[in-house]
Amino acid sequence: MRRQLPIFIVFIAGIFMIIQYFIPHQSFEFIYEYAMDWIIIIGIFAMLLGLWSLTRASVSKVQTKAPGWGFSVMTLFGLALMLFLGFYQGNKSIAEGTHFMDLFWYIYTPIQATMFSLLAFYIASAAYRAFKARTILATILLVTALIIMLRLIPLGPISGINQWLASWILTVPNMAAKRAIWIGVGLGATATCLKIIFGIERAYMGKD
Amino acid sequence: MNFYERLMQLDRRWVYLGVAIAVTIPVLFPFKVPVYVTPEAKSVYDFVENTKPGEIIFLAIDYDPNAMAELHPMAKAIMRQCFSKGIKLLISALSQNGPGMAEQLISEISKEYNKKNGVDYVYLGYKPYFAIVMLAMGQNFRIPFPTDYYGNPLDSLPMMDGVRNYDDVKCVISIVAGNIADYWINYANGRYKVKVALGVTGVMSADYYPFLQSGQIFGLLGGLKGASEYERLTKQEGVATEGMSIQTVAHLVIIGFIVIGNIGFFMSKKNKVKR
Amino acid sequence: MVTDLNTALWNTIAMFLTFCIFSFLYKDNPFYKIAEHIVVGVSAGYFAVILYWNGLVPKLWDPVFKQGKWYYLIPGILGVMMWTRFSKKYSWISRLSIAFYMGIATGVAVPLYVQNYVIRQLSSTMLPVHFQNTTGIFNLLIIIGVLCALIYFFFSKEHKGAMGSAAKVGIWTLMVGFGAGFGVTVMGRVSLLIDRVIFLRNYFDSFFTWFIKYIL
Repeated sequence: MRRQLPIFIVFIAGIFMIIQYFIPHQSFEFIYEYAMDWIIIIGIFAMLLGLWSLTRASVSKVQTKAPGWGFSVMTLFGLALMLFLGFYQGNKSIAEGTHFMDLFWYIYTPIQATMFSLLAFYIASAAYRAFKARTILATILLVTALIIMLRLIPLGPISGINQWLASWILTVPNMAAKRAIWIGVGLGATATCLKIIFGIERAYMGKD
Repeated sequence: MNFYERLMQLDRRWVYLGVAIAVTIPVLFPFKVPVYVTPEAKSVYDFVENTKPGEIIFLAIDYDPNAMAELHPMAKAIMRQCFSKGIKLLISALSQNGPGMAEQLISEISKEYNKKNGVDYVYLGYKPYFAIVMLAMGQNFRIPFPTDYYGNPLDSLPMMDGVRNYDDVKCVISIVAGNIADYWINYANGRYKVKVALGVTGVMSADYYPFLQSGQIFGLLGGLKGASEYERLTKQEGVATEGMSIQTVAHLVIIGFIVIGNIGFFMSKKNKVKR
Repeated sequence: MVTDLNTALWNTIAMFLTFCIFSFLYKDNPFYKIAEHIVVGVSAGYFAVILYWNGLVPKLWDPVFKQGKWYYLIPGILGVMMWTRFSKKYSWISRLSIAFYMGIATGVAVPLYVQNYVIRQLSSTMLPVHFQNTTGIFNLLIIIGVLCALIYFFFSKEHKGAMGSAAKVGIWTLMVGFGAGFGVTVMGRVSLLIDRVIFLRNYFDSFFTWFIKYIL
């Protein structure tokens, strides 16, 4: 029952949603709207699970004095501060100009943006080390990448040709390659969804 | 180890230093480079230009601070164009840390054009499960968003009078980093046939040309280059236009490193064959 | 950027944290670790507050307690059932909520994936082929590229003979696609660094201008 009931629910809900797509009758629309509405509310509670999980892991690290527990204190401090600032002014806390948003802009944003900016260094290093014209396929990849990168560089008289070539690469062979990939994605996603609906794929249920 | 083998095995921190210098020098000594406008960027611009004052465009701010560098200038340029033409904006933020991005954008740009919340724009805010939110908005915006970001009921806002779902907006322009873009195409355009244009990060831009060709999206802005093209079209030179000259130098340096690596590879291979 | 003491303090904190993260390029160090752990806590706190004010209050609290729509307690209870996931004894209860979500999400996805990623993409590949101008020739290249790339991904049959040649053309097409992807990726990554360097320039520029004015 603990495994059969969820599989039955998935099957009924899944089949109903597929049928509903083809029958725009008012009664189907009525159930469809309520289903969308309720899923969003369930999603809110599901997202809060992640917060609980993070808090539990950090507290456990501090309690057991695991290596690096001092950093977990910083995590909990940041979390507690944001929660305090986010609630003490009511729903006005989330508007621009509050201390809550100041922390978002001057602490979260620079750290997050800088972490991702490190990728610029890593991609240069990776390109230097790994981007060698070892085989014909690697050469095709390398030449294409160079043409696309050169479109940002003013090349004087040959700028026009390079711009046209880059545009052609993006709209013809690149488009063809990506289309084949998207078709594969569509077929794979459809197969996975049908496997979930028919109860063949049950990984979402976890273990007993 | 001979010279060419050493060339192939440079410490990565020299590469980091090269990139850092390549980016820092043009920031300190700026110069201009020409910006070539692509047809896919012009499509977005032309669509907004042809939208009448008073009509509504749905602007989806679906990125986090990690993509801010490329997408914030794009969003600013589009917002400025809309407000300058008297186009009303319905704004949502469906990525986890997107609400802060949108809030900053709105507070900065609305002040420039003296636009009022509830009259000239409505900021819906965030809800989880963006795919379901997109589907629900196709029925009625009030299903996922009974109130706006600030807690005002949608029915109390003058702009939302008679605005029910995607049928009442001209198009959706999604400024997005991540797979939310796929769902705008699949769910909003696929099911409800609303016109969709995407402003995506550079990394993603090459992936969406099939949807451009098939007509599932009517325009595509790709990364900082797309933002600079839009700034050029709207005649507002900003961070993106400045960034293009820095991109030029950085790209030259990275191409240089690739060439050095390949020279080292081929010459080492040649020397090994000789031996 | 820096116009008064308040913005000077906040921007200085942002500048310091930026350099903390950049220090990782040399090697891992406590400054980087502190910044990394702070951002995890701040991010989780931010998201929880947004979920509460933008999600829980307008979608559950107001409808149930201000509008009297008690049936909204049903999804509320389904949501709370999710939290049993952490209990070894009662975790099976969370499966019911997950099943509800999975059924709806997958059911909605099936017709749309087939329509938009398969049928629409295939129909857009049916392009007019002619040799009157370059458009007709490029259309032919698109059709050949898509078909050959799809053949390359078909691993149930050995890539030999005509199929092998088609798969080879397919992999060349895919390599052009990946090369284009790499080219735009470089631009994307460098943009992120440009933004940070511009921020640092603007900070130092405005900070010293303000500081000199403040001292004077």
